[in-house]
Formats: sequence, C-alpha cells, structure tokens
Amino acid sequence: MKAKILFVVLLVALIATACAAPTAAPTAAPPTKAPAAAPTTAPAAPTAAPAAATKAPEPTKAPAPTTAPAATSKGTIKIASQSPLSGDQASLGEGIKLGTQLAVEQLSKPLVDLGYKVEYVPFDDQAKPDVGVANAKNLVTDPDIMVVIGHLNSGVAIPSSEVYKDTDLAMVSPANTNPNVTDRGYATVNRVCGRDDVQGPSGAEFAAKELKVKSVYILHDKTTYGQGVAEFFRDTAKTLGLNILGFEGTEEKANFDPILTPIKAANPDLIYFGGLYPQAGPLIKQARAKGINSILLGPDGLDSSDFAKLAGDAAVNTYYTSVAAPAAAFPDAAQFIKDFKAKFNKDPQPFAAHAYDSAAIALKAIAAVAKDAKPTRKAVSAAIRATKDFKGITGVYTFNKNGDPTIAKYFFIKVTSGDPAKWDANPIAKTLEIAPPEKK
Amino acid sequence: MSKSTTPSLWQRLMATQNARITFILAWVVITSYLVVATPRQLAFGLATQAVFILFAGSVLWLYYLQIPNALKVVIGFLVLGVLIPVFGGLNQYYLEVATQVCIFSALALGLNIVVGFAGLLDLGYVAFYLVGAYTWAIFGSPQAQKFIPPELLKFPLAQEFFFPFFFLATFLAALTGIMLGLPVLRVRGDYLAVVTLGFGELLRVVANNLDKPVNITNGPQGITPIQRPPLFFRSWFEGFGTALHGASTGLPLGLDKVFGGIGSWMENANPAQLYPIYFYFLVLLVIAIVIFVSRRVSDSRIGRAWEAVREDEDAAVAMGIPIVTTKLAAFATGASFAGAMGMLFAAKQVFINPESFTFLESIGVLAMVIVGGMGSIPGVVLGATALTVLNLQILPNISLALNSIRQAGYVIPVINYNLAQLPSQFEPAKYQRMVFGLVLIVMMLVRPEGLLPAKRRRVEIHQDKEVEAIV
Amino acid sequence: MLLYVAGTVFILSALVLILGFIFRDIRTDFNLLERVWLILPQVAVDGISAGFVYAMIALGYTMVYGVLEFINFAHSEIFMVGAFIGAEVLLIMNSAGVLGAVHPLILLLLILLFGMLGSGGLAVTVERIAYRPLRGAPRLVPLISAIGVSLFLQDAVRFFEGIWRNEFYLTYPTIKFFEQRIILSSTIDFSVKSIIVILGAILMLVILNYFVNATKIGTAIRAVAQDRATASLMGIDVNQIIVLTFFIGGAMGGAAGVLFGLQYNTINPFTGFIPGLKAFTAAVLGGIGNISGAMLGGIVLGIMEAYGASYLSIFTSGAFGAEYKDILAFSILIIILIFRPAGLLGQVVREKA
Repeated sequence: MKAKILFVVLLVALIATACAAPTAAPTAAPPTKAPAAAPTTAPAAPTAAPAAATKAPEPTKAPAPTTAPAATSKGTIKIASQSPLSGDQASLGEGIKLGTQLAVEQLSKPLVDLGYKVEYVPFDDQAKPDVGVANAKNLVTDPDIMVVIGHLNSGVAIPSSEVYKDTDLAMVSPANTNPNVTDRGYATVNRVCGRDDVQGPSGAEFAAKELKVKSVYILHDKTTYGQGVAEFFRDTAKTLGLNILGFEGTEEKANFDPILTPIKAANPDLIYFGGLYPQAGPLIKQARAKGINSILLGPDGLDSSDFAKLAGDAAVNTYYTSVAAPAAAFPDAAQFIKDFKAKFNKDPQPFAAHAYDSAAIALKAIAAVAKDAKPTRKAVSAAIRATKDFKGITGVYTFNKNGDPTIAKYFFIKVTSGDPAKWDANPIAKTLEIAPPEKK
Repeated sequence: MSKSTTPSLWQRLMATQNARITFILAWVVITSYLVVATPRQLAFGLATQAVFILFAGSVLWLYYLQIPNALKVVIGFLVLGVLIPVFGGLNQYYLEVATQVCIFSALALGLNIVVGFAGLLDLGYVAFYLVGAYTWAIFGSPQAQKFIPPELLKFPLAQEFFFPFFFLATFLAALTGIMLGLPVLRVRGDYLAVVTLGFGELLRVVANNLDKPVNITNGPQGITPIQRPPLFFRSWFEGFGTALHGASTGLPLGLDKVFGGIGSWMENANPAQLYPIYFYFLVLLVIAIVIFVSRRVSDSRIGRAWEAVREDEDAAVAMGIPIVTTKLAAFATGASFAGAMGMLFAAKQVFINPESFTFLESIGVLAMVIVGGMGSIPGVVLGATALTVLNLQILPNISLALNSIRQAGYVIPVINYNLAQLPSQFEPAKYQRMVFGLVLIVMMLVRPEGLLPAKRRRVEIHQDKEVEAIV
Repeated sequence: MLLYVAGTVFILSALVLILGFIFRDIRTDFNLLERVWLILPQVAVDGISAGFVYAMIALGYTMVYGVLEFINFAHSEIFMVGAFIGAEVLLIMNSAGVLGAVHPLILLLLILLFGMLGSGGLAVTVERIAYRPLRGAPRLVPLISAIGVSLFLQDAVRFFEGIWRNEFYLTYPTIKFFEQRIILSSTIDFSVKSIIVILGAILMLVILNYFVNATKIGTAIRAVAQDRATASLMGIDVNQIIVLTFFIGGAMGGAAGVLFGLQYNTINPFTGFIPGLKAFTAAVLGGIGNISGAMLGGIVLGIMEAYGASYLSIFTSGAFGAEYKDILAFSILIIILIFRPAGLLGQVVREKA
C-alpha cells in the first residue's frame, strides 16, 4: 500500500514539476497573478468581446486589473507557425520555422512602433494530423495569436485549418500546394505558393514547347504534393501529345536502382519528378551514374541549393518550376539569402523564402488594422485576404477570393552548375504568368 | 503488494471514509476553481496546463481511494461528463486533449485485449483503425462517386448514415481481424509480430496506392470533406441553455453569472462549438462500452481461455481450449474497437490520408499498453492518458514556455549569457520526440511492470526474476 | 549460402521470363520479352547489392534475438550512426585534404573500421543502459525501452549534426575509384562500388559465420543462445557473451551503414528506419535467431524487392508500379510464414513459454 501511495504522490509530483509551477498554482490565487500578467495581456479585454468564439463565461476578475497600463504598451501580437520540427521531414519544416522567425525579427518594426510587442511561437506538428489539430486548438485559445504560418503537409493543413476557420484565425501557407486547401473557400486560408494544378500543367507545356521533348517518364514521391503535381503534369502532357513511357510513385529515399533500371531501358527524353529535393538529389545522382542522360524536370520542391549539394554535378541539365525567381533577378531575395545565412549559418531550405513572405504579408496586414487598438482576428483575416500587389521576395502577391495568389509568376529555371554556391546564378529559361483555376 | 506494518501519515489521514470523501471533493472543487480562475489569456502559461492536469488527476484519485461505488460514479460523471465539457467551452484545447486521450485509450484497450489478455504481439494494430476510418471516409464523402455511378447512388451519404456505418465499420474491422487471424494462427510469438507488422504496412500501402486502376481511396491525396454525424440534440441543447439562463437569474454568490454564462453559451452555440463536445461524448460513450466489454470478457470463459493461451499454449491445447476460435476472438474483439475509433477519428478530422496510419502509430499504441501495464484495464487507460498528454500537452507547452523565455531575452545570471543569442539548433520545439524517447526509457527502467500493473503480473515480476526471464 | 543467392536469382529470373513470354503481347509500344531480358542482369545485381546490405543489418537483429529473445528496435539507429561515422571520417579527411592521397581500398577499410567500432560501442552502451536492467522483465518491456532509445538516438544525431555541421543531410564525398563503371553492354553496366558492397558483405559474413560456428567464443555465444542458465553453469560469463553479441551485431550494423552510405550517398538521421524495418522483416523471413537465416532472408528480400520494383510496371502497363514493391515483399513474407511458420531456415523450435 505504501509503495502504491508513494507512487501516486510521485506521479502527481512528476506531472506537477513537469509543468514548472506546481506550488504556484495552488497558493498563488488569481489576484496575485493578474498584475504580473498585466503588461502583456492589457488590451485583451477589448478583443475578447467581439471575437465570436470567445463568448464563454469570462472569469470576471481578469479584465479589471489589466486595463490600467495600456498607455505604454498596446499588448502582444504573436505570430505562430506550425510545421514538422521533428521526424524525417524536420528539415523542410524547419525552413518554414526559420523563414517565419527571420521575418518576424526583421519586419515587425511597424507594429513595435505602434506600441505592440511582437512575438513568434513555433509549433511542431510532427507531420501528423492529430498533433496538428491539437496544436491548432492550443494556439487558437491564445488571443494574442493573430496568424498562423504553415503547414508543410496538406494532410495536416486541411484538418487544422478547420479549427482556424472556426475562430477566424488567419492562416497563410507557404507550402501547401494541394488545390483542396483553398478550394474550400474559407476566408481565413491563404497561400503564397503555386497550386499543383498550375505547376504540373505549366511544366508539361514547358517540356513540350520549350524543351521540345517527345517522350517522358514520370516519377513522384507518393505524397499529396508530389503525386498531385505529377498527375496534373501527366494529364497535360497527354493532351500535348507527349509519349508517356511510365508513371510511377515511390516512397524510397535511398535506393533508386530498381526504378531506374526500367527507365534506362525506356530511354525517355525527359524525366519528370514530382517531389522534393531530398529524394530528387540522390535520384538524379544515381540516374546519371547509371548513364541515364535524360533531362530532369521538377516542381518547386527542387528549388534549393541543397539539391545541388546532394546531386553534385549530376544536377546539371535539370529544370525546375519556381514561383520564386532566382536571387539574381530579385535583389530582395538576395538580401534574404544573405541575412538567412548570417543568422542561421546555412542556406535557406525550400519554403523558407515563402514562409518569410507569408509572415511579411501577415505582419503588414496586421499593422494596417492595428493602428488604434489590437485588431480582431476577423479583421486580420480580412486584411490579409485584401492583400494587393504585395511585393515579396518570391513574387508579387494579390489574393483572389479563395486565398490563392491571383496571377502567379512561374519561372522555369535551369540548373547549370553542381556547385551549391552557384545555385543563385542559375538562369531563367522561361517565365509564365498563370492565374489559378477558379473553382466552379 | 507489500503490507506495511506501521501506517504512514497519509494512511492515518485517509483512514476514515469521510476523510477520503472530503479529500476527493476538495480536490475536485479546488482544481476546478483553479481551472476557471486561471486567466485564459495565459493559455500558454504552464500554470494553466498544470492546473488542468491536476484537475484531470481527480479521476486517478477516484480510482485509488476507497469510497462507495455510487459516489465514485457520481463524482466520475461530474468530472468527465459535466466539468470537462464546460472547461472545454472555456478552452477548447482541453476538450481536444481529452478527446484524443479517449481515442487513444480506446485503441490501447483494444490492443490490450490482443497483447495483454491473449499474449499475441500485434505490431500492425493500426490497420484496423485504418479500416474503420476508410469505411466511413469513402462513403461519407464524395469519394465513393468516383467508382459508383451517380445513377446508382448519390454520395456523400446523408449524415444519418453515420450510425449504421458505425456498426458496419466495427464489423468490417472485426472481419479484417479474423481474415488476418485465420492464416497466421500457425505462426507463433515474434513471427506473429512481424506478420502483423507486414499486414499493417500492407494495408497502409494499399490505401496509399488504391487510386489506380480504380480510384477508391484517393491515394496520398486523402479524402475530404467527410460527413459528420447529425447534431440531433441541438434543439434540446439550446432549450436547456435557455432554461438554465432563465433559472440562473437571481442566484447568489455570483453563481448567476456562472450559470447564466453557461446557459447563454449553450443557447448560442454553433456547430463549430458543438461538434467538439459531441465528439467528446461519443468517444466517452465508446470508451465506456470498451471498458465494460473488456472487464466482462476478461472475467468470462473466453478471458480465462486467453490467459491460458498466453501462459502456455501447449498446455491450453491439452486442456481442450479451442486455440483457433480463442485467438480469432481476441483478434476480432481488439480489431472492432479500433474500427469504431477509426470511424470517429475520420469524422472528427474531416480529412484522412494514409499518413495517419503508419507503423509508428502502432508502436505508439503498443507503448501505451506497456507503459500502463499489460492486461490491466485501468493501467492501460492511464498509460494512454499519460503518453497522449505528454505528447500533446506537456511537451509542446514546455517548449513554448522555453521559447518565450528565450524570446524575452532572459539572461542567465552567473555566466551572463543572454538566451536570445541561443542558436536555432537548440530550439526546444525541435526536441520533443527526443524527450519522449527518454521518458519511455526511464519509465521502463523505473517501473518495468507498467504504471498500474495487473496484480498477477506485478507479483510475477517481483517474485522471481529468473523464471520470468525465460518467459 | 551462395547457392541460395543463385537459386533465388534463378527462380525469380525464370519467373519474370516466363511471365514475359506469356504476356509478350500486352505492351504495344515495345517488345516486352526483349525488355525483360535486357534489364535482367542489372536488376539482379541491384537486388543482390541491396540484399547484402539488408542481410548485414538483419544480422544485428538476429544475433540479439538469438541470445536475448528480444527485438532490438534501436538497431536501425545503430545502423544509421554507422553510416554517419563513415561520412564524418570521409568528410573530415576531405576537408583536411588527404582524401585523394589515400588509396581508395585503404579508405574503405578505414571507414569500415571506424563505423564498426563506433556502432559496436554504441550498441554495447545501449545494452548497458537501457536493456540490462530490464533483463528480468517481460519481453515487451525492453521492446518499449528500445523504441525510446531509437527516438532518442535519431534526435541526438540530428542535434549533434546540427551543431557540428549545421546540416540535416550528409553526402558521402565522391571517390572516383568507386564510381567507375564496368560496362558490359550499352544497357548493362555496374559501378565498382556495388561490386565492393557485395564482396565486402560476403567477406564479413563469411568471417562472422566462421567466428560463430568454429571458434570457442562462437560456441559460447551459441550456448548462451540455447540456454542461458545451463551455459552459466558451464562456466560461461553470460554477461560478457551478451555484451559481445551486442558488439558484433552493432559492428555489423555499422559496417552495413557505411556500405549503405557508400552505395547510395545521401544519409540523414532518419535514414535507418526503413532499412531497419526491412531488415527486421528479413531476419524473420530467414528464421529469427538463425544467422544463416538472417543473411538469406536479407538477400532474398532485397532481390525480391528489386524484381518487384523493376518489373511490376512493365508487366502491368503502369497500373501497378514500383510503389507496390512493399506490398509484394510483405505478401510474400506472410505467405512464406504461413507455410514455414519458423522462417526459411528456422527449425520449429520450442516456444519458450
């Protein structure tokens, strides 16, 4: 019995100590706590009222002591991000996190000048829908959070955005290219990346008209993103009369031999790879080693100097679609890369620049509606949706009624060197401007 | 269990029933007050989370303390059925965590039947979860239209079909369990583990690829939007809210504000607010059924048969236990729970794709069973709760707190190091899984028999380590 | 052993050729039979080299299982750490500028040595910290602690590499000698490194086989595997043997990691998971606890996967592609276990309790 009770006490103590302030909770009554929180939570009272979801009974004591010091500070505005920070997609998710972080650090000055404290809160969605939704529920309860930048996976973004929608919390996605993300027509969901159903077909047109290839072998990575792009590519390629020699998906990350052997025998003019650079790099390296000389074409998932690092000289003769112009063409982007390197000591991962732009759009929109008092989430969502001709580092953005960028510029970029340092010098092969398909 | 001769202070304090009842009531009341009183603006403050966990801990006390059963039921209902939903209205994160705890508890209880009761190591349990989820996802969304012509049937099916499909999903999952069980029964021990692992992966890969030649699962794109069950109780709920609102006027002690607030919230609740509560109750209902079935079954003839098979298969055969039916029953029962939960999961998430059903999920559920204590129903529930709360609530919130300390530019006094300069490699949000792994190791080292082991097993472990080593 | 490899290759090749003959009219765009024949040698070599890597990882699972009867889930991370050590040694030499000066074969020996020592040492450490205290507990308990170790090691390596190089992916530096290709015809050519992987793996497997079956320590290992209590009565230090087993298993995993990195170039802290899972499957396929069985299982699985991935889409006109190779592998696994419940080479032994 003794051991049992000891254990229970231990367990409770463990939970309590794990949560840092165990003794503070029972002893410190709310009144003593409220003043400590006062400076940060000051204007929360006015915002709580109009927000639709926060109608539940308010603890009556909270607003009283908090209204006083509002003169010096208007409170805190938090920018959250959700992306996988652990697990095998951590490196991509971290790109989103670091890009957002950099934007918050560099671009929050207008808000700070207005008297706000700007904070950044990163969440790890572990690339799992259940974790993403739980995090979403967690972050919507913090009224300081005005916008979410994320996610990496459409599979996590779709269920999580259902939660954001219910509380009018705006989400700007740097990476979710699945049409379903915006096709639901939610007022809160926006993205700054291209859609699969634009990138795929434009890739096919580029292949047929510019590269003038006759036959193509299509591979994808069996993810929402990769397979989506690849299927749209295939459909358009078919109508353009390209000879499709194969269409295959693979979850393999290291050993591409068994897939490459039939490709070598089929000898296509072009290999289209719907997926991301961590797979594409080793894939093309192994393909070139096997003596496959086909051109490689891919979506914006290939856009990273790490692609050159992984593939080495095999990266040459690769083309990729990108909504982000290479840094040489966009001076702001060059600055971003420089700052990113200076701060984090590495090249930006893909989606880092998009995350930066997402956060920049959000910060600008918040600043526009936060002149007098802390805005409501609804106002922020509306302001973000109203974004017009925002000149970011990856392009110029105007959102349509679904939250897609109205006219996205698509660059086709040719990789000319296997040296990661020269990634930014890759020339533009072609530029296309395409509006997203409107949902019927 | 060791009987200590001299009662400790704690035992003397809790000697009388009244003391125990007072203690549990006080615990519930004080923690509830703290939950309500902790300002929601501090939702990220660890205190808020700690307070809620302490509050939820009252269920554990309820299990431990010896008080009349009727009172246990009443307090249990008060905590689980009333207070948690109300707190969920205050902060829906609580409700989400509670719901996921229930989902994983039910999964763990299902797996407990297979692993804990019958001793069949199943590493592909998530396969049945997948079957349940996809059963409703395909037909409760426009997806089915892609292979069934609209002249035949229109999809998505109406919300009302949710309930018949609930039984169908349960049944299909059980059937899958039997289908897996039939051929692999010849296989024993760890071979079985690998066959089930293979089967779990197999179903996931099939779901991931069955978008061609015929598009049934929509492959990695996943299925959305999935119908939710009808809110049949909405008008009743609103009516109750109005009544509560009316009745609360004039109550003393600020109770009018509390009840009036709840009442007006209930009056005006929209589906977005109602569904989390609805799902919470649905899941709670299923878990009640699961616990009931688990308890009944474990004491029944088949439960004894499972135990016999687990301890010594050959001896069990010699005693005339029908091995095939016994094992199949374990597979089918365990699988049906997973099927039911899978369907609820699909409806709750509105979107599913195969990524939710990886091998790691199976391992996660297995970890809950073992951390809690194999074969022990309360243990498994506690294990599922502990790991889910750890993963969804404690670790994220600790890393958020650390993050905000870092951003505030806290300076470590002695070495005069400003935390804001900490490089991004040390970002606490990145290492939740590492901590999770460490916790698993430490828990196993400290308490190999699980948090709340089944009595028999506990005795086994502590009695004779050498004998157990061969088991 | 070689007989089994040859046999598997022969059977599968014959199978695809027969299928190719039967379905020769199914494809209109090219001659199916000719295509099947043309890529056959390449597929076989790919399969064998992948299979040997699996075989070496599978050994770690099987040796630990043979002695302790528990599935060491952290083995996939021990393999990954081996791959990282190999990469680090090469990268450090590269930045010191001595990479080109050393003969490639000496380089190979060097990284194998480091990888094996590092991984073996890690395996022993893990055993000491996370498994030994649990030796008396039910079998599933160390399994969970192994999963904990696995999660911990993944992030620990990520953390270390993040600070050390600020990288997530590591690439093995290109060594010209290994990248050379032996060209047999316009469609068939192998790289030197895949031959080296195969030869290196065979060599190590032979040495291990000799060690376990023909030396005194090997006899002790087998004795402990068979009956721990009796073995200790015979004067064998059981703890020492278990540590040795973990070391050998870990070293094999480390060697496999190095060869894997050399063959496929890119690694990351989560690289170990999938090969680990496959190798574990392979160990069971061959009969877990049986050393020759693990080798056989690994090779058979590797070859089967290669054939499946290469031929499925050719035969089905793309309706079923390489993505079904896992389904194929697992289905075959299930079928084999139904007919041979103890794996290919396992005897139907006493179920321990």
